[in-house]
Amino acid sequence: MARTYRVTTRTRAGQITGLVALALVALGVVLPAFVPRGVILDLFFILTMLTLAQLWNLLAGYGGLVSVGQQAFVGIGAYAMFAAVILWGMNPVPAILVGGGVAVLLAVPSAFFAFRLQGAYFAIGTWVVAEITRLSIAQWKALGGGTGTSLPREATGNIMGVDLVRSLFGVREAAARDILAYWLALALAVVTIGAIYMLLRNRLGLALAAVRDNTEAARSVGVDAGRLKWVVYLLTALGTGLTGALIHLQTARISPDAAFSVTNWTAYVIFIVVIGGIGTIEGPILGVLVFFALQTLLADYGTWYLLALGLIGIAVMLFAPRGLWGLISARTGIHLFPVQRRLLGQDQLKGD
Amino acid sequence: MSILLQTIGLTAQYGDFRALFGVDIELNAGETVAIIGANGAGKSTLLRSITGVMVNAPEQVLHRGTPIGALPADQVMARGIAMVPEGRKLFPSLTVEENLLIGGQMRRVAGPWTLEAVYDLFPILRERRLNPGTALSGGQQQMVAIGRALMSNPEILLCDEISLGLAPVVIRDIYAAMPRIKASGASVIIVEQDIGQALRVADRVYCMMEGRVTLTGAAATISREAIHTAYFGDAA
Amino acid sequence: MIWIDTLVQGILLGGLYALFAAGLSLMFGIMRLVNLAHGDLIVLAAYLLLVLVTMTGMHPFVAVLIAAPVMFAIGWGLQRVVLNRTLGKDILPPLLVTFGLSVVLQNALLEGFTADSRRIPAGPLETASLDLGVVTVGVMPLLTFLTAVGVIIGLNQIFYRTALGRAFRATSDDPVTASLMGINPGRVFAVATGLAMVVVTIAALYLGMRSNFDPSIGPARLIYAFEAVIIGGLGSLWGTLAGGVIIGVAQTFGAAINPEWQILAGHIAFVVVLLIRPRGLFPRAND
Repeated sequence: MARTYRVTTRTRAGQITGLVALALVALGVVLPAFVPRGVILDLFFILTMLTLAQLWNLLAGYGGLVSVGQQAFVGIGAYAMFAAVILWGMNPVPAILVGGGVAVLLAVPSAFFAFRLQGAYFAIGTWVVAEITRLSIAQWKALGGGTGTSLPREATGNIMGVDLVRSLFGVREAAARDILAYWLALALAVVTIGAIYMLLRNRLGLALAAVRDNTEAARSVGVDAGRLKWVVYLLTALGTGLTGALIHLQTARISPDAAFSVTNWTAYVIFIVVIGGIGTIEGPILGVLVFFALQTLLADYGTWYLLALGLIGIAVMLFAPRGLWGLISARTGIHLFPVQRRLLGQDQLKGD
Repeated sequence: MSILLQTIGLTAQYGDFRALFGVDIELNAGETVAIIGANGAGKSTLLRSITGVMVNAPEQVLHRGTPIGALPADQVMARGIAMVPEGRKLFPSLTVEENLLIGGQMRRVAGPWTLEAVYDLFPILRERRLNPGTALSGGQQQMVAIGRALMSNPEILLCDEISLGLAPVVIRDIYAAMPRIKASGASVIIVEQDIGQALRVADRVYCMMEGRVTLTGAAATISREAIHTAYFGDAA
Repeated sequence: MIWIDTLVQGILLGGLYALFAAGLSLMFGIMRLVNLAHGDLIVLAAYLLLVLVTMTGMHPFVAVLIAAPVMFAIGWGLQRVVLNRTLGKDILPPLLVTFGLSVVLQNALLEGFTADSRRIPAGPLETASLDLGVVTVGVMPLLTFLTAVGVIIGLNQIFYRTALGRAFRATSDDPVTASLMGINPGRVFAVATGLAMVVVTIAALYLGMRSNFDPSIGPARLIYAFEAVIIGGLGSLWGTLAGGVIIGVAQTFGAAINPEWQILAGHIAFVVVLLIRPRGLFPRAND
């Protein structure tokens, strides 16, 4: 008697999470009608950091490519968007896409160089690439050189979709810009997390895990490790560039030191992923909430805040290397975004 | 005769895989004991447990009556228990002479084994002393590994599969050094797949299979049939 | 003739970078440990020297004799208590822990000393120069370079002529077999980091005397140090010197063309060398 089997990643917890996520997103869309502008700005910050964290997690946690140079793509995405607006008169919103595209273009030579390096050398290599990008951009006088520039009035007064927002919520132009940015951030976060989840659920995710665990063995069963690394690196660069462009759309101001900041776009991101739980999708979500809470509580204390962040990061890495979510997941066995594959036999299939 | 080294109900596992199921062996002062068995029988695990590379319950390994089962390797070595590891494991960044020197630099005890004495034992090494350790033939590397272990003038010498991968004539040359090693006062445990050599050089023999001792006896009087059964698990 | 001058300045600058890099090369070579806090440790040592000099009025070179053992102890303790726990096959833990350490150090120094730019007073040494006929060189840069060479010779002596050096090399090759020789890998690594911190103190001396420093300059020094180590090749101290010189020369030539291009030129040289030789110029055979 032949048994039929099916491989699945679907779980009860996963299905519930899906429904809850849908509800949360719907709530998020209508939120601007009820909450003050400050909350919208906070959410914008949380959503963009979350997106960056999920992307870095894909690269390093799942892909095994530990990069400390992602700020290169944040910065180049932002600068490309500014260039499209200021130099070529594009509307800021579609210019975000230009930011993403240019980030991918930068990712190609940078990957060509960095992939020749292993392990720790790779990490340093990505950092050097980011530095080269920063120093080169700082030479671009048309966009403000070393001191940077702002989006001109004509551009900020004309952003696609702002009028719609104004009529929907009856707010002034500046607030409408923030709401629009918030919506875009929400959309970007949802698309990014959704895409990452889809990626990991299908064969790409399995291949990634295999390459991360044992590259030689993976190669021996036909996994093209080299191509996989390229795909992950380019996709991450795309997402990071889009996010960088969006972030700077909201601030409407750019400078090389801010756009290519190691602290903001790498240190904080790594902190979020590590504290939350590297190598899981739930981890960065938890991590960004903890990070935001810490920042809100300690923001007044300047250096002590960063000091605390550093110490917590060290402690987590030493004693709870799988982060807060790792601790929770180990205790309860819950996976909200299940990517582990189970075999369903014929009997189970019947009741499915 | 005083018991120098003892394992009592020694158990060991790699994750979920049980490698040793309560192994009892004894080494008396001045003795040479051979441990034979097929691949996977647990012989190397036994030595790793004794030397502290694997950590076990303290009272499962006794040295002169003192529990050492939980001690890490460097502390076990400091007590005068030296190992010739399986696969030689010479240090590639060190020359032949430096490999020998490092064997004796942590436990400085007066004794018969000095650099010169080792070169007398294995004269070819004197010619090759400045070569990198790994640039030698398998047999010569084995000589370095043995010399390295001797340099600390150990009380107990553990040899893990020193014939592995070597041609028979080379194995003979290496074992020819055994009488001098024994005469210098070391008590020896030899783990071997070459049963003939093991029986020739040992006073007593243990045979292991699948993590248990299946046979023990004096090397001179043990029968081939008994060994066969103990080694392979079926009648000859 | 200006190019000879630029070349010599570059070589001497390379000495400073080699000093930054030597301690890193030691730790990386022995333990494969990527210490992202290395630059900040140099800055820490610089502040330590500053405190000693300003509080007691002693000459900076004398202050090094006191600061060095202190830094040794700090490195030894850091390795024993924190960094030994991160060693293993995964490169993420040491990377992230030292990253966190870097943040902690920078902000602790910021709290303690504020962001003001400081300098270690060196008296006449700061401006003295030597006329070598073809070029005139500053005494400070020359001294820095010679010290770098001296440090590397000293470290190589330790590595290749002492029992400690044998222990370093053996433990780096194979920690398990080294423990069978009676060596405690954790202790050896702690001594290695302590020694690296002594070198860091010497580097801090020249950093502090030569230019202004503040708590935030650590990461830049780190990048130059890493570039020098990586170009030179893992495990080769003379390679590290060569790496430092390459970066230094690239920077001075870049600056001669356009002052804004100095740092960029150094990074580009790094990329070019690695494109040709991904494992560096003099990598160890067995890695």
